[in-house]
Amino acid sequence: MLMDTTKVGIVGFGVYIPRFRIKVEEIARIWGQPGEAVRKGLGVEEKSIPDMDEDTITISVEAARNAVKMAGILPEDIEAVYVGSESHPYAVKPSATIVSEAVGAAPITTAADLEFACKAGTAGVQMCLGLVKSGIINIGLAIGADCSQGRPGDALEYTASAGACALLIGMDNILVNIEHTESFTTDTPDFWRREGATYPSHGGRFTGEPAYFRHITNAAENIMQNTNTTPDDYDYVVFHEPNSKFPLATAKKLGFPKEKIVPSLAVRYIGNTYSASSMIGLAAVLDIAKPGDRILMVSYGSGSGSDAFIMNVEKGIVESRKGIPKVQEYINNKVYLDYSMYTKHRGKIKMN
Amino acid sequence: MSVPRFWRRIHSLYRLEGTKCSKCGRLYFPERNRCVDCNTYDKEKFIFSGNGKIITYSWVYTPPKGFKGGIPYCLAIVELEEGPRLTTQIVAVEKKKVKIGMPVEFSFRKISAEGEEGVITYGFKFRPKGYPTNK
Ligand SMILES: [Zn+2]
Repeated sequence: MLMDTTKVGIVGFGVYIPRFRIKVEEIARIWGQPGEAVRKGLGVEEKSIPDMDEDTITISVEAARNAVKMAGILPEDIEAVYVGSESHPYAVKPSATIVSEAVGAAPITTAADLEFACKAGTAGVQMCLGLVKSGIINIGLAIGADCSQGRPGDALEYTASAGACALLIGMDNILVNIEHTESFTTDTPDFWRREGATYPSHGGRFTGEPAYFRHITNAAENIMQNTNTTPDDYDYVVFHEPNSKFPLATAKKLGFPKEKIVPSLAVRYIGNTYSASSMIGLAAVLDIAKPGDRILMVSYGSGSGSDAFIMNVEKGIVESRKGIPKVQEYINNKVYLDYSMYTKHRGKIKMN
Repeated sequence: MSVPRFWRRIHSLYRLEGTKCSKCGRLYFPERNRCVDCNTYDKEKFIFSGNGKIITYSWVYTPPKGFKGGIPYCLAIVELEEGPRLTTQIVAVEKKKVKIGMPVEFSFRKISAEGEEGVITYGFKFRPKGYPTNK
């Protein structure tokens, strides 16, 4: 196990969040629901909406360009590109080929699309970790991105949003050391979309306890047990953010004080970015973290599984993140749409 | 745009890849085989920075077939900081804010999608410089 001493981690990170927003209360108005109660119940004020010419591929490219700029690497040095999403624009034709060509990683690179509901992005991170740590590649690019759609009138419509996060994984000039990772996976039918169906279906209340909470809690407890750590050893914690309520409740249950999770909760202002959700939460923390800070991150993907990571922030992050767009800056740059403009943006108007 | 024609242009559409004359250094976007200044065919690949400014623009309300869903949109001639000019769409901007001389930068967007079943074409468009803070 010679490789175990090799440090592998994040050498660059970038996000992208489209600038359009719709307020949760505006969606509630259309369906005759009590807007304020819905907004407070979810802990989500508004959600992001892509422009008409944006999709999972374009926002992946934007996030990846930010990450490459931060890392200061040559794009042709990227030897693996994984795009995790549940809204790949093509059913057959990988998003990752378009992203790697646009970023400049092609042609000497491996590329693949990953799917595992909202944790496809962190699955890509684990694959890159394995390839880098084993010495097969030097730098890998793992992206979590989605332009998700909720069925009009369904509970998911309040939060299903758009965003992307790209992490470059390597072993030279590490900004965030990834010390440990492990997962928790079971067959749990809490959320699905059949081939050819436009909108996903979900198991209603079944999505909470046996799905989200069980997987995140187990993954977090296992990784802390296996590394002999407790919540006191962490400065920040990041959990998948389908809303604010779930991650806050999980933190409380595991014994993390509120102030350790709140900095990651971008969901309050941009909604649930699905595959990008926990990764954008991580980026929000990395935008403000100090060298030496320790972070516990746990993603969640329906179906179901959680990937847990323990990370340590290195000195280099302070200089490298300068001039790279921050999560907060994307959150602040917004244009509100009403429900009819939102319908146009999502391509829900039939033109012919 | 036909699939082969789009495919041949991917490097320039996706990454603003043009050419530089190996003899006199003149830059071309899109790429050019023969330099008009010194007649040489010697050239090398050159990737433009993506920074530029608006030379002139127009808001489109009556678009060609397939672009109707996106109206109104802003079409502009942009001069890249390295010199060449190109015609492009300006995105992420409100109508009143577009001005001649406005600094802009590369943005990666969808250009068109042929119906429900055709190929999706991607490539450069431009947006106000310094996105998302515009500083
Ligand atoms: Zn010449």
